[in-house]
Amino acid sequence: MNSILNHVPIEYYLGLAAILFTIGVLGVLFRRNAIIIFMCIELMLNAVNLLLTAFSTLHGDAGGQVMVFFIMAVAAAEVAVGLAILVMIYNNVRTVDINVMNKLKW
Amino acid sequence: MHQFTWLIPVLPLLGFILIGVLNKRLPVNLSGGIASAAVLLSFLLSLAVFREVQLHTAVPERIVLFEWITAGDLQIDFSFLIDRLSSIMLLVVTGVGTLIHIYSIGYMKHEPDHARFFSYLNLFIFFMLLLVMGSNYIVMFAGWEGVGLCSYLLIGFWFKNTEYNNAAKKAFIMNRIGDLGFLLGVFLIFLTFGSVSFKEVFEGARSFSSNDPAITAICILLFIGAMGKSAQIPLYTWLPDAMAGPTPVSALIHAATMVTAGIYMVVRSNVLYSLSPYASEIVAIIGLATAFFAATIGLKQNDIKKVLAYSTVSQLGYMFVALGVGAYDTALFHVITHAFFKALLFLGAGSVIHAMSGEQDIRRMGGLKPSLPVTHFTFLIGTLAIAGLPPFAGFFSKDEILAVTHGHSLTMFAILSVTSVMTAVYMFRLYWLVFYGDFRGTEHQKSHVHESPSSMTIPLIVLAALSTLGGFIGMPEIFHAPHVLKEFLAPVIWKSPEHTASHSFEYMLIGVSLVALLVIMYLTWTTYVKRKVLPEEEEAIPSGLPRLLSNKYYVDEIYNTLITRPLDRLSAFANKYIETGVIDHLVNSTGKSLSGFSGVLRYVQTGNIGGYIFSMVIGILLILVLTLIV
Amino acid sequence: MVLATLSVFSALMVVLSKKPVHSVLYLIFCFFTIGGHYLLLNAQFLFAVHIIVYAGAIMVLFLFSLMFINMNKESEPHKSNLLKVAATLVAGCLLLVLVSTVTDTGGSLPAPSSESQIGTVSNLGKALYGDYVLPFEITSILLLAAMVGAVMLGKKNIE
Repeated sequence: MNSILNHVPIEYYLGLAAILFTIGVLGVLFRRNAIIIFMCIELMLNAVNLLLTAFSTLHGDAGGQVMVFFIMAVAAAEVAVGLAILVMIYNNVRTVDINVMNKLKW
Repeated sequence: MHQFTWLIPVLPLLGFILIGVLNKRLPVNLSGGIASAAVLLSFLLSLAVFREVQLHTAVPERIVLFEWITAGDLQIDFSFLIDRLSSIMLLVVTGVGTLIHIYSIGYMKHEPDHARFFSYLNLFIFFMLLLVMGSNYIVMFAGWEGVGLCSYLLIGFWFKNTEYNNAAKKAFIMNRIGDLGFLLGVFLIFLTFGSVSFKEVFEGARSFSSNDPAITAICILLFIGAMGKSAQIPLYTWLPDAMAGPTPVSALIHAATMVTAGIYMVVRSNVLYSLSPYASEIVAIIGLATAFFAATIGLKQNDIKKVLAYSTVSQLGYMFVALGVGAYDTALFHVITHAFFKALLFLGAGSVIHAMSGEQDIRRMGGLKPSLPVTHFTFLIGTLAIAGLPPFAGFFSKDEILAVTHGHSLTMFAILSVTSVMTAVYMFRLYWLVFYGDFRGTEHQKSHVHESPSSMTIPLIVLAALSTLGGFIGMPEIFHAPHVLKEFLAPVIWKSPEHTASHSFEYMLIGVSLVALLVIMYLTWTTYVKRKVLPEEEEAIPSGLPRLLSNKYYVDEIYNTLITRPLDRLSAFANKYIETGVIDHLVNSTGKSLSGFSGVLRYVQTGNIGGYIFSMVIGILLILVLTLIV
Repeated sequence: MVLATLSVFSALMVVLSKKPVHSVLYLIFCFFTIGGHYLLLNAQFLFAVHIIVYAGAIMVLFLFSLMFINMNKESEPHKSNLLKVAATLVAGCLLLVLVSTVTDTGGSLPAPSSESQIGTVSNLGKALYGDYVLPFEITSILLLAAMVGAVMLGKKNIE
């Protein structure tokens, strides 16, 4: 089976991943809603995943895809715990605005 | 057999740990039982080792347990040396130790904190065995320090009493001065020979010429260590004060074993001392002075334990004289016999004190003979032994010391003989005052007087037997019996001076000492029993020599004025100006400047998460740019 | 190409849409497009896992917590313009740096292996249970820990 890489150069995927990643960073910087920041982090992870898969296919090496699999597992764990924390915070302070959560200082 | 040798010191250590951990959960018989059993097992093992050493005249056995310190050229093994010298000391330490442990079970019966006492005793035995068995100066030093520590702990056993605590501190500090000398000596040994192991040092020393300055310095430094440990002038004042500890402790540590560590060390290093007549002369002179002065002080003491303490100091002086004139085997002989009879005397004194409900002043005793038959009998044997009446143990060893001293110098011989006479005087004074005459204590004490339990009397009897027979291991030449000890120790002693005393001189010595003793016995008897002369109360002591003696030559006071006070003043000065003025200021300003800086840094921590994220991204960006550039 | 444009557009919309629910929906769409890329890259197994885990589980979790928090409104006061500009600027810089890093690396990339079959389920399974069996098992422990942690946090009023 032929992959898309026979038609599209790998550089395009590099570019796409870079753009997606940057959008993720932009979102983190831009928004104040903690849940959306979380989503943007997922976006960044996905950008990396995409790139890993692309290179894995390029080199014909299963390691990259296995790594993606692990990243997914870690992301799932992280989201589960992270969202649980957010819900707890919301229950306590009635907001998920990161600018309000400024207790973490001396 | 040698594969079990390491158990000898380990058993008391195990006992210490066991008793220390279980502590107050143990009843007195059990804690004492464990402690005694541990030491008894060690004793049996020592006996086996001794047999082994005796049968096989082969080379000394070295048992390496593990590599201890390795740094550069320095390589120190944690190893034991089993030769004729250490095996015989092992017997003395564990043997007397066992008896005293058993005795303590009875003595400490009413003490609530007995478990602590027995664990310390076991720990002491462990360190003492380490000291004796060590195959190099460092292991010996470890034991040396350890016994000092245990001595401190046991003198201050009743730590709620400030005076006892002070006595403990005094002992510890005095020992520390000596230990510094010892340590410097060890350093110098390493510098000179490149090793601290006995074997290599002594083999190396043989190639040195006599009176080599390095050897002399080493010997003097080591002797300073021995001075502290074995209570010689000028570091002897701690020993009488150390009597604050429980009596079994005084017997075990401050009479039989620990204080003889210094002598053991010198005997061990006899190769070095033989090479340095200067140092040996110093040893002899200091020993002589100590023997003499301590005996004069002993004449006027009224505390039963203090008398024994000064007599110990004096006897230790004897041993050093023997060491100084090169008769190392004779010194060890006296160590052994002294361990027997002095432990006996102390335990007897303990028994008396026990019966008198803690009274230690001999002016409040008297007439105890009928009520304490066993104690009286054994104490009498001890007195005869220390006074040097044939055929008791003290006679042979003391006589031998006198004989070798005579071969060395007449003046020394004369002074030592006078000291010997004084020893007999103060011992018989003690004996008559305690056991004869009228009872001078309170009515309450009188009704309370009782013989001690068998756990206390049995060790007394055993020790009495040893004090009686112990001397036969070293018979003088004239009896045509072999000098067992001398022959046994011959491989360990490098150079022995020729025994120059003629037979006629020895006969004369025996005769004179016998007659002198009988005269002294009679004189003291008439004074203290027939005429009932009592030592004066403190206020009534006439000024002049008696007052000087009774106050121990004011040595404590002199030390106090010359050393302690100026040091106090120096410390006060340092505290006032240097401590508060400089150091405190330095420390405080460090803290202040730090909190100042952190106060500035604190503004960075806004708590604004958006800001944090921003700075994080910028940081990542910078890192990327940097990697790109580089 | 179409797929790529779509994914970029949807990703942008995640960031820009005002209502959080819209963001989530766009993100789901974005994930589907990325899944499409996986298919194109011959990574069928990853495609399946991606759809199940991300588009399924994770996004449901997001939606659920949004519902729970009940934030389907424009509750968010906007940041100052200065901050927006700064954010865009920094993000742009990052993109620039990334791209320049990529182009700078240049180098020779190997020609794509024509018949890359490593993405199939059977091949990846062999890799997972062969060389990577230990990390795989450790991952299970991680997930278990995360589960326990989430349950603990979700429990109300831990005394």
